Amino acid sequence: MDSIPATAPLARLHGASRAYGAIPALQDLDLSLQAGQVTALLGANGAGKSTAVGLLLGLLAADSGEVSVLGQPPGSLAARQATGAMLQSAGIPERLEVGELLALVRSGYPHPRSIADCMEMAGLQGLLRRRYGRLSGGQQRRVQFALAICGQPRLLCLDEPTTGLDIEARQALWEAVRGLVAEGCAVLLTTHYLEEAEALAHRVAVIDRGRLLAEGSVDEIRARVSAQRIRCVSSLPTALVAGWPGVREASRDGDRLHIVAEPAEPVLRRLLEADAGVHAMEIGRAGLADAFLALTRPATEAA
Amino acid sequence: MSMPAPHHAALPRRHRAYLIEAQCEFLRMLREPAFCIPVLIFPAMFYLLFGVLLNHGNAAAAQYLLATYGVFGMMGAAMFGFGVTIATDRERGYLRLRRALPTPTGAPLLAKMAMAMLFAALISLLLAALAAAFGGVRLPAAQWAGLFAVNVGGVLPFAAIGLYAGSLLGANSAPVVLNALYLPMAFLSGLWLPLSMLPDWLAGLAPVWPAYHLSQLALKVVGHDAGAPLWQHLAVLALVAAAGFVLARRRLEAAE
Repeated sequence: MDSIPATAPLARLHGASRAYGAIPALQDLDLSLQAGQVTALLGANGAGKSTAVGLLLGLLAADSGEVSVLGQPPGSLAARQATGAMLQSAGIPERLEVGELLALVRSGYPHPRSIADCMEMAGLQGLLRRRYGRLSGGQQRRVQFALAICGQPRLLCLDEPTTGLDIEARQALWEAVRGLVAEGCAVLLTTHYLEEAEALAHRVAVIDRGRLLAEGSVDEIRARVSAQRIRCVSSLPTALVAGWPGVREASRDGDRLHIVAEPAEPVLRRLLEADAGVHAMEIGRAGLADAFLALTRPATEAA
Repeated sequence: MSMPAPHHAALPRRHRAYLIEAQCEFLRMLREPAFCIPVLIFPAMFYLLFGVLLNHGNAAAAQYLLATYGVFGMMGAAMFGFGVTIATDRERGYLRLRRALPTPTGAPLLAKMAMAMLFAALISLLLAALAAAFGGVRLPAAQWAGLFAVNVGGVLPFAAIGLYAGSLLGANSAPVVLNALYLPMAFLSGLWLPLSMLPDWLAGLAPVWPAYHLSQLALKVVGHDAGAPLWQHLAVLALVAAAGFVLARRRLEAAE
């Protein structure tokens, strides 16, 4: 395994397709996961994210195309021993203690992390003897994370890892993921929280209806939209502003007006003309969320 | 010569993985009162009621019911231990997670089997203690051992039935359907009351139930069976076990 050059992807999907009956879930997907990088897979519900994760973990077989993990077929023992996974629903037996669960999952890996390290990295200190069913939702999520990393995996699949976590726990998990990546782990992250992808991901792949729409660094993806965000305090009605040319979206939060515009300059000029009292104006570039919406919107509207 | 080394190094770790799996499965069931209480207490309670209290010191009846209540208890441990947990684990995604992890092949199934056999052994010992202490049952060591062996070995066909049911049913319906199968089958196979006390036409149908065949094995040990050859009962049980495991495997593999 060490013979694989550093530039070769640790895991990849190549032209992978998978259908459920007549319904295609993934079509011709190419995705490479590099060691020491977080790749975020973004897409709406039903876009094919979980199918991609299932292919990579060997839970599903591809109808066509190739999937490999460390040069091995996914689902083979060698691939599974190099992989850790946190799935959306884990259904972990509620009557087992955290320590028992860790011992159980660790026992399958050749070089597992120590239980103490797992507990610390997942922020579970003091909960070793606690039954899984008696933990809070957030604590259960952290146990699932501990189980995903306990085998010192070289590939880590995190399917919506921070759903149900509070901000502090989410940031602690991000910190742990950054630590793993620094050790050379390849991470595949699917998430609904675009700020999570923004905070963690080196690369972003946007999929929609089973097809790859865009792939690149966070900045590259953001650069694909030229829309800008305008925030200001103004009493103008949103319905009026939304009707101006170039305005993509207008919404109100108390006395603050939010506008997504493309291009922004004519909208700014008009805003100043229409409301002499406008103030506290800020203009920012689009975030990943805006880019994501812009990328997936045409496909959605075409339907 | 680095080839053999990882193989040898892997061996004890693999065994350890199987052992931990079995341990977790047992603890999980032991801590589940909805499983433990009916499975351990009901056979003992029924035996005390029918085999001891209502029996008025009939030693032959106490022997007969020791054999059949052992089978009754073991069936529950095997069917519910497999059926309900498989249905739950499948429905809630635990089986899926385990398949993504480097779980040794067959370890969860072997662990469940070991767990069900351990419960069958506990039930067997519990009933034996009650029979000897209150039922006036005196048996040679070979017959005690024979009953124990039938109860533990009998787990296989009923685990297969439970497994197949668990592969088909949801977590909520599994206990209901299993009970609807378990309790009538126990009654109609003559596990609660001897078949001679049932109407003839019902008693005549008893050989369609796998539980009847296992109870005949247990009754053979204490000399109260109906007289059919051993191989017939073994063949039926082997067929049920094989069919259940094959069908369940197909169902579980087709799940994705």
